Amino acid sequence: MKFDLKQDAMLCSGHAACPGCIDALAARHILATMGPDTMAVIPPSCMAIIAGPQPMSSLRIPVYQPTLESSAAAATGLRRALNAQGKHDTQVLVLAGDGGTYDIGFQCLSSAAERNEDFLYVCLDNEGYMNTGAQKSSSTPHFARTGSTPAGKLSRKKNMVEIMAAHGIPYVATASASHLPDLVRKVEKAKGIRGTRFITVLIPCLDGWGLPDDAGLQAARYAVERGAFPLYEVEDGTRYTLNVTAKPRPVADYLALQRRYRGLPDADVATLQAEIDAAWATLVRRSAAGAAVPA
Amino acid sequence: MNATIASAAARRLLLTGNEAVAWGARLARPQVCPVYPITPQTPVLEALTRFQAEGSFDAEIITPESEHSVMSACIPASLAGTRVFTATASQGLLLMHELLHYASGARAPIVMANINRTVASPWAFWPDQTDSLAQRDTGWVQLYVESAQEALDSVIQAFRVAEQALLPVMISLDAFYVSHAMEPVDVPKQADVDAYLPAFAPERKLDTAQPSSWGNVVSQDMFYRHRQAIQEAMDSVPALLAQADGEWQRKVGRGWGVVERYRCDGADAVIATMGSMCGTARVAVDAMREAGLPVGLVKVRLFRPLPVAALRAACAGVADVVVLDRNHSPGAGGILHQELRAALYGMPAAPRVHGLLAGVGGVNVPPQKIAEFVREARGREARPESVWRR
Repeated sequence: MKFDLKQDAMLCSGHAACPGCIDALAARHILATMGPDTMAVIPPSCMAIIAGPQPMSSLRIPVYQPTLESSAAAATGLRRALNAQGKHDTQVLVLAGDGGTYDIGFQCLSSAAERNEDFLYVCLDNEGYMNTGAQKSSSTPHFARTGSTPAGKLSRKKNMVEIMAAHGIPYVATASASHLPDLVRKVEKAKGIRGTRFITVLIPCLDGWGLPDDAGLQAARYAVERGAFPLYEVEDGTRYTLNVTAKPRPVADYLALQRRYRGLPDADVATLQAEIDAAWATLVRRSAAGAAVPA
Repeated sequence: MNATIASAAARRLLLTGNEAVAWGARLARPQVCPVYPITPQTPVLEALTRFQAEGSFDAEIITPESEHSVMSACIPASLAGTRVFTATASQGLLLMHELLHYASGARAPIVMANINRTVASPWAFWPDQTDSLAQRDTGWVQLYVESAQEALDSVIQAFRVAEQALLPVMISLDAFYVSHAMEPVDVPKQADVDAYLPAFAPERKLDTAQPSSWGNVVSQDMFYRHRQAIQEAMDSVPALLAQADGEWQRKVGRGWGVVERYRCDGADAVIATMGSMCGTARVAVDAMREAGLPVGLVKVRLFRPLPVAALRAACAGVADVVVLDRNHSPGAGGILHQELRAALYGMPAAPRVHGLLAGVGGVNVPPQKIAEFVREARGREARPESVWRR
């Protein structure tokens, strides 16, 4: 598919991302799509490092860095201040990591979603605390090795998309930089909606996942095509749309790309495959029904 | 009372301390109010939401899931250039602790009322100032008030000082003794408050027209200079508060001072305390003066920054300072006691500073007890540690 890049860069060159980082690539397109009438809330995370030191920033928009656990509350405060000033069209954009979203920032995110606060929350989901050297978060998938799970994580990845959708907010989606037109379309769509919008973008972390410098996009594409990270949308908590509908291929070659799954026994690969198959079947069913979050 | 002052008091209402706080906030016209309920602060929240429902309070009220999120929302709202007010108490204030540092670091002139309540565990709901005194290193200006009227006036004065110094200000009032006790309160006219408190218009703010960031990493040198700047701002507060209070007095006929000296002329001993205990101490001072004892009261209204010069002036020529603490710092004793010992240390003919852990946990401290404490302390050597005495 041909894809025209936005010309007006909102993320400047010279930023501090690692070479080959998918975070920077995703942020570049998210920011270009949001445009200059946007304020960013970026908690401590890889994205905060990419944004760079105070008072300069690699973003061409104002950046407020809150504490790690308070992004959605900070975005709320900023949103309401803009409203009080009559700046209803200015967008508030959160760019947070999965630690700041699935874990420590979850409480205030749920609260903001319950109030349907008007901002776009993007979780740059690299499935762990990669900025502190790769420890597990509740987004880390089953069996993945991290600094705090050296023998592999014993529990599954938290299903943040379902949790956010269960709040009944207008828009929840997954996205991947490997499917750039889909990512940009989702940001564009979310931009046009009022209320709490949540997109979680898979960010393969070269260092944290154990990938070669040029393998980030390949890992992202494999994650989608092998069903480990399906691309889908949930509108108003009920309307499901699967964006990549081809039946997933076996997950083994996705796992084989990454050192975090090194030496994974066949039985564990089979367990993961079964989990992926079950989740996929659920998504297909919901997408076909066009409704139905089960009670 | 002259004509100007009479007209300034638009109406006299019977209000609790909490309602007076809410009236002060309403008159100050904040634009954003994140708030979370906690005993005994809840009536502040309910008054604000009622004002809003009635159409007399035009603020964005946010009701998040915790005090932590309240303060998290307050900071960027303030940095975006809006006036921000909130209120809390006890555990709520402690939950905010990390963000209290964050707010002063961000130079966000938020005004917050705190209702002083015991800190768990065990659970209790009595007046005790340990909650806010435990925040004394967070970079917030702290005022302790004695009455509902002072609470209302202090909220308005606090915005003025906060927005001039670019520091957050906390106004503390004792649970129930002030927060729930009703008294006649003069509610100033909106026009007078508007004239006193211009709209908040900071030079720098988060603005898409002038993109800049706040909060990301800085060098050692930048951090050092930033802390120096906060200290300079703190140092300016006693004068700014005196000025704000003086102008308020000229406008409405009431001033509260930075440090109040009550019947201190010729006193050889003074009681020093904060908050509602000042009211009781006044009664004790009156009784002792009646009995011929030269005793006064030094009311510490501004606690952070500690107004050292004003305290030294207030205690000059006094032989004994009897500090009554309604708080407890385990291992240190009474916090006001320790602070006053440090403030008065080394002054010529420094007074003896006696510290009494008198009101901890909200125990009642009647005037007769205070008179007894003073009689015991006068002319005696002071112990370095605080003494448990009730």
